[in-house]
Amino acid sequence: MADHAAAPEGHPEEDGHHASFWRQYIFSTDHKVIGIQYGVTSLLFLLFGFSLVMLMRWQLAYPGQPLPLIGWLFTDDTMPGGVMLPEFYNQLGAMHGTIMVFLGIVPLAVGAFGNYVVPLQIGAPDMAFPKLNMASYWVFFAGGVIMLSSFFVPAGAAKAGWTSYAPLSVIESMGQTMWLISMVFLITSSLLGAVNFLTTIVQLRADGMTLMQMPFFVWAQFVTSFLLLLAFPPLEAASILQLSDRLLDTSFFMPSGLVVSGEVVDVAGGGSPLLWQHLFWFLAHPEVYVLVLPAMGIVAEIIANNARKPLKGYKVMVYSLVFLGFMSFIVWAHHMFITGMGQVMSVFFQTTTMIISIPSVIILTALFLSLWGGSIRFTTPMLFALGFLPMFGIGGLTGLPLGLAATDIPLHDTYYVIGHFHYVVAPGTILALMAGIYYWFPKMTGRTMNDALGKIHFWGTIVSMNFIFFPMLIQGMAGVSRRLYDGGQIYAHAQDVIVYNEVMSIAAWVLFVFQIPFIVNLLISMKKGKPASDNHWDATTLEWSAAPSPPVGHGNFHDLPKVYREPYEYSHPDRDEDYWPQNIPPDEAPEG
Amino acid sequence: MQIPFTVAPRPDTGVNNAKIGVWLFLASEVMLFGGLFSAYIFLRIGAPEWPGEVAGHLYERASDILNVPLATLNTVVLIGSSVTMVMSWASLAMQRFDRYRLYMGATIALGFVFLIVKAFEYGEKFSHGYLPAENNFLAIYFVLTGLHGLHVIGGILVNMYFMWPGARMWKTDPKRFTNRIEIAGLYWHFVDLVWIFLFPTIYLL
Repeated sequence: MADHAAAPEGHPEEDGHHASFWRQYIFSTDHKVIGIQYGVTSLLFLLFGFSLVMLMRWQLAYPGQPLPLIGWLFTDDTMPGGVMLPEFYNQLGAMHGTIMVFLGIVPLAVGAFGNYVVPLQIGAPDMAFPKLNMASYWVFFAGGVIMLSSFFVPAGAAKAGWTSYAPLSVIESMGQTMWLISMVFLITSSLLGAVNFLTTIVQLRADGMTLMQMPFFVWAQFVTSFLLLLAFPPLEAASILQLSDRLLDTSFFMPSGLVVSGEVVDVAGGGSPLLWQHLFWFLAHPEVYVLVLPAMGIVAEIIANNARKPLKGYKVMVYSLVFLGFMSFIVWAHHMFITGMGQVMSVFFQTTTMIISIPSVIILTALFLSLWGGSIRFTTPMLFALGFLPMFGIGGLTGLPLGLAATDIPLHDTYYVIGHFHYVVAPGTILALMAGIYYWFPKMTGRTMNDALGKIHFWGTIVSMNFIFFPMLIQGMAGVSRRLYDGGQIYAHAQDVIVYNEVMSIAAWVLFVFQIPFIVNLLISMKKGKPASDNHWDATTLEWSAAPSPPVGHGNFHDLPKVYREPYEYSHPDRDEDYWPQNIPPDEAPEG
Repeated sequence: MQIPFTVAPRPDTGVNNAKIGVWLFLASEVMLFGGLFSAYIFLRIGAPEWPGEVAGHLYERASDILNVPLATLNTVVLIGSSVTMVMSWASLAMQRFDRYRLYMGATIALGFVFLIVKAFEYGEKFSHGYLPAENNFLAIYFVLTGLHGLHVIGGILVNMYFMWPGARMWKTDPKRFTNRIEIAGLYWHFVDLVWIFLFPTIYLL
């Protein structure tokens, strides 16, 4: 296994030393390069998706007023004279959701961190299928290009929301076809990734590493990959059916006698719009956990490392994680309480929804308890990780009223839903992903990021995010609907809370301003940051304790590590140092 | 750098990487076809009659629209190809490369027979004006069999690769080549199995 010399099979052309520039950095099969490719691409997509919503926020804060400074950049089909057209608003809304979820957060959480960190943490030289790994990135990239190019087809990008509810999506313009084709690419990419992650974690763990000695982040990626593997294909099926509805004029989602603009649509009919919702949410609910679980994994790593304590209840956390993954497959119809699917169904799904909140609470509580009695280091990644806990807490708790049919009905399709979901994903997941960037940056580059800039980034981000998303909860409680082009101006019941539109918009632009220190920090630290040691954070897991920073070209480790103990042996009484890496043999005298 | 367990099984799991990989892939394929079969059930339960009206004619049984004898023939062809696929792997395990060539060739040929029969069936439907847009029964018929057909084409391409260019590996690394044929076989059997569910569901029920 550790025999590097004899390699009659395998991938001789990939032995990085003499590979061409293209092989080494563009079409690389090294999981670290692919992870960084995923990371850079998805950060750019996050910035782009964020830009879309900053445009929308102008329209919401100042409806019908021309956009200053950059308004002239847009065409007459989108923003004539700088004033946004409703069609363009809908495009921005649909694409913001799609890009953030499928092209931003999932590839960053799974593609980037999963790819880079998982093989290192389990002591593997690479992923089990390096070529599939490369294919996964390039299929993702193609999907992203198709998604972006849909802005330039006649009548623009998809306008039916990120959920693409039928029949609206079926009678949509060409952008929707592009959306569906792009989704097929993205689903294929995540399928390739998921197969790879699962095989790698099952097969390539270092000598001695049992399942219960895997770092929590690896467990999180393991469960996430199962969700990707099993939940995404039904959406692929649904995309195929919707493509056929659009291109072959079938009626899978088209009911009989559908009237559009005063005319009966000329299709055979007999289909069911509800079928799309079932197939879509069968994916999209597990998808929420795909967004959240890797974030929990990152936060767990950072909290254990910076509290200098083992995680409280590691095993219970792992069992909760697995249970969470399993349950996430049978809660999807809580998104559909107002479709009239029947009381029996509603009771079933609200019961499962209440049950699924239990493991989430267990994990969050365990993370809080892990802080108890620790000697906490308030490093930049730790600040982001600590920020995740209350933010995700708000996100989770505001979800409970949406999980019960009786309270969901008045809140459904209001800004309350938007606020809840964004609390889970933006101040929740994105803070955790930022924490991950600050935490693993020294491993990836061998250099550290600037702490002062990092702290400015953290405080600016968490404060402005709350000013964006908390008012949404208030507006939603007042009954303001989502997806309104004018932010609810024409509704009497919205008048008391409409003032928040401007607050939220200004906070969104402030949030952007506070990302500038992060971007500057990222770019400058790559070349000019202070050099980091191999185990920059005095951590116990293999990626820090066994691999150099950055890890060796292709193969990661000088010698494949062996594992002797649990992943978070911090402040162990038998050891002088406050950390005991997984790969240090028990009899070896503590160094230093 | 060499990835561990590409050929030899990992002692504690008892399998090599590719075996786990293909089973996981097939699990996702089950969910893909499962999604489509669920859509079939959903649409059929909601329909007042099934298969319903096609080209101005009300049908009560799917077998009145579809060609059951041809589909039965195709079922036999596909099961036969699964048998030859196993034989090709067994030949390699017994170090008989010549017989591997024979059986793999037969598998590919049977795959083509399946596609030709299918194409004939489709042509018959099209010539009667039985198009996917006609009604939901025909729509799901075309989507399900079409997607299955794409899987057959994919399988044939994989098998052709192992028949010709990929077969060079037999000289350099026979153990790994035998594993590859086993993996390709698992996929081929899965495609066969999908048809075995598809045939009664669409043609007979």
